[in-house]
Amino acid sequence: MALTAHSGASRWILRLVSIAACLLVWQAAARLRLNLGVVTFANVPAPTDVLEAAIALAQSPKLLDHVTSSLGRVGMGYGIAAVVGIALGLAVGRSRRAEDVLLPPLEILRPIPAVAWIPLAVLMFPSSEASMIYITFIGALFPILLNTIHGVENVDPRLIASAQSLGGTRGAILREVILPGAAPSIVTGLAIGMGTSWFCLVTAEMISGQFGIGYYTWESYTLQNYPDIVVGMVLIGLLGMGSSVLLRAIGTRLTPWHSAAGARR
Amino acid sequence: MSGRERLARPELGRIEAVNVSIRLGQGAHAFEAVQDVSIAVEPGELVCLIGPSGCGKSTLLGALAGHIAPASGRLLVDGAPVKGPHPDRGIVFQHHTLFPWKSARDNVAFGPKMRGVGKADRRRQAGEILELVGLGDFADRYPKQLSGGMQQRVEIARVLVNRPRLLLMDEPFGALDALTRMMMQELLLDIWSRVRTTVVFVTHDIDEALFLADRIIVMTPRPGRILEEIRVPFERPRATDIVAAPEFGTLKRHCLELLRVRPDGAPLPRLSPLGFEADHAPSS
Repeated sequence: MALTAHSGASRWILRLVSIAACLLVWQAAARLRLNLGVVTFANVPAPTDVLEAAIALAQSPKLLDHVTSSLGRVGMGYGIAAVVGIALGLAVGRSRRAEDVLLPPLEILRPIPAVAWIPLAVLMFPSSEASMIYITFIGALFPILLNTIHGVENVDPRLIASAQSLGGTRGAILREVILPGAAPSIVTGLAIGMGTSWFCLVTAEMISGQFGIGYYTWESYTLQNYPDIVVGMVLIGLLGMGSSVLLRAIGTRLTPWHSAAGARR
Repeated sequence: MSGRERLARPELGRIEAVNVSIRLGQGAHAFEAVQDVSIAVEPGELVCLIGPSGCGKSTLLGALAGHIAPASGRLLVDGAPVKGPHPDRGIVFQHHTLFPWKSARDNVAFGPKMRGVGKADRRRQAGEILELVGLGDFADRYPKQLSGGMQQRVEIARVLVNRPRLLLMDEPFGALDALTRMMMQELLLDIWSRVRTTVVFVTHDIDEALFLADRIIVMTPRPGRILEEIRVPFERPRATDIVAAPEFGTLKRHCLELLRVRPDGAPLPRLSPLGFEADHAPSS
C-alpha cells in the first residue's frame, strides 16, 4: 500500500516535471527568438505573455460572448447531427430498403471534408450563423451515422431471435434490443463526432464569424495580438476536452452494464 | 397461486412433424439439412434428439421455434402449423442470449413486458421463476456478473415465465464444465417435474440424453433422418446413480453403435437453430 502510494506520487511528480520542462523550453525558445531554419520562434509569444493575455481575456466581457456563441453553434449543429445520425443509422442498419435508398447519396457526400463545404454553405444559408451550424452538423454527422450503422449491424442475431421467441414485436426489438445493443458503438460515434464538430466549427468561425473562439483566434492573428492566438488555441482545446469528458460521463451513465463487466463476485 | 399451478399446462404441447424436410443455403450451396422426418411428441414429454454434429437436429429445433421454415412437410404444435417465433415455443441456446444491459430479473421480465404486464407484476413473476431455478438472490445481477451455469438458469427462467407449451433446448449445457453440467441436468429434471411442459432437448452427449429423456430420437448425419427411437425406461425421479445401472450401460452401448455408423468420415460443421451461422459466443 505504502509502496504503491509512493510510486504513484513519484509518477505524478515526473509527469508534472515533464510539463514544466516543456514550458521552460518554450519560454527559452521564445525569449531567445530561436531560429531553426525550417521553423522560427521569432514571432511566437512566450508562456508568460500568454498567461498575461489569458488573464486579460478572463477579465474582459468579450470572453463570455465568444465562448457562448461557440458553444451555442456546437450545441445546435452537433445536437441535430446526433438526432439525424442515430435515426438514419438505425433505419439503414435495420432495413435493407432504407439502406438502398439512403446510403448511396450519403456515401457520396461522406468523403467530402466538412471544411470544403464552407464556401457553398455560405451561399446556401441566409445567415453566416446558419452556415456555421451547418458545417458543424456535417462534421459530426458521418462519424455518428457510420458508428450507429456499425453498431446496429453487429447486434448478435441470436439476441434478436431470442427476443422474437419471447414475443418481441419489431418496434419493441428496436427499442429493447437493437438500441441498447448498438449503444456502445453509438457512444463511440458521438465522441468522435464531438471532436470533428469542434474542429469544423473553429475553421468555419475563422472564415465567417462575428464572435466565437475560432473568430477570436483568427482576429488575434490579423490584429497581431500574438499571445491571444495561443490563448484561443488553449480555449479551443479546453472546450473540446470538456465536451468529450461530459460525453464520456453520459456514455457511462447510459451503458452501466459495460462498467459491470468482470465485476463477478 | 403458486408458480407451479400457474405453469402447469399438461394438456398442451403436442408436436406432430409429418414428413418434414428442411433446406439450408442458397443456390448451388443449398443442401437438405433435415429429410423426411416424422415425429410425434406427447404433451409433457421430454424428448432428446441426438446425432453427430451437423446432422440437422438443431435445424429441426429451429424449425419448431419458428426461426427456420420447412421446405416441405407439416410441422404442427397442438394441431396448428408453426408460423414464426412465438412465446409458446421458447428456445434456449448453447450460449446464453441474455440481454447484457438488463439485470437477470429484467431479462426474465422481458416476455411479460412484451405481453403488456405491468411493471410490478412482471417483476414479481420474474422473481418467482428465478426462485424456482435457485437464483432468487441473484436477480439484480447483470448477466456478465453470473457464472455460465447461472446464465443458463436465467435463460431457462426467461423462457419458462411465458408458460410455454414447448421448451426447446439446443445443447444448453454443452459449454459448461462436467460438474456444472450434471447439476444443471438434475435442476432441469427438478424444474420439469414441477413445471410440466414438453421439452425437446438437443445434445450429442449420450449420457445426458439417457439421464434426461423419456425417449431418445437418434438422427443420421446429413441429410438428417431419424435412425431410431429409443424409449428410456428408468423410473422418475431419477438420480445420477442410474449411470451405474446395467441397463444404462446396455442402452449407452446401443446408442454408441448407432452413432458410429458414418458413411463418410469427414465431420460436418455445426448447424444452428437460426440456420447456417454457428451458434457460438462472440469470443470463441
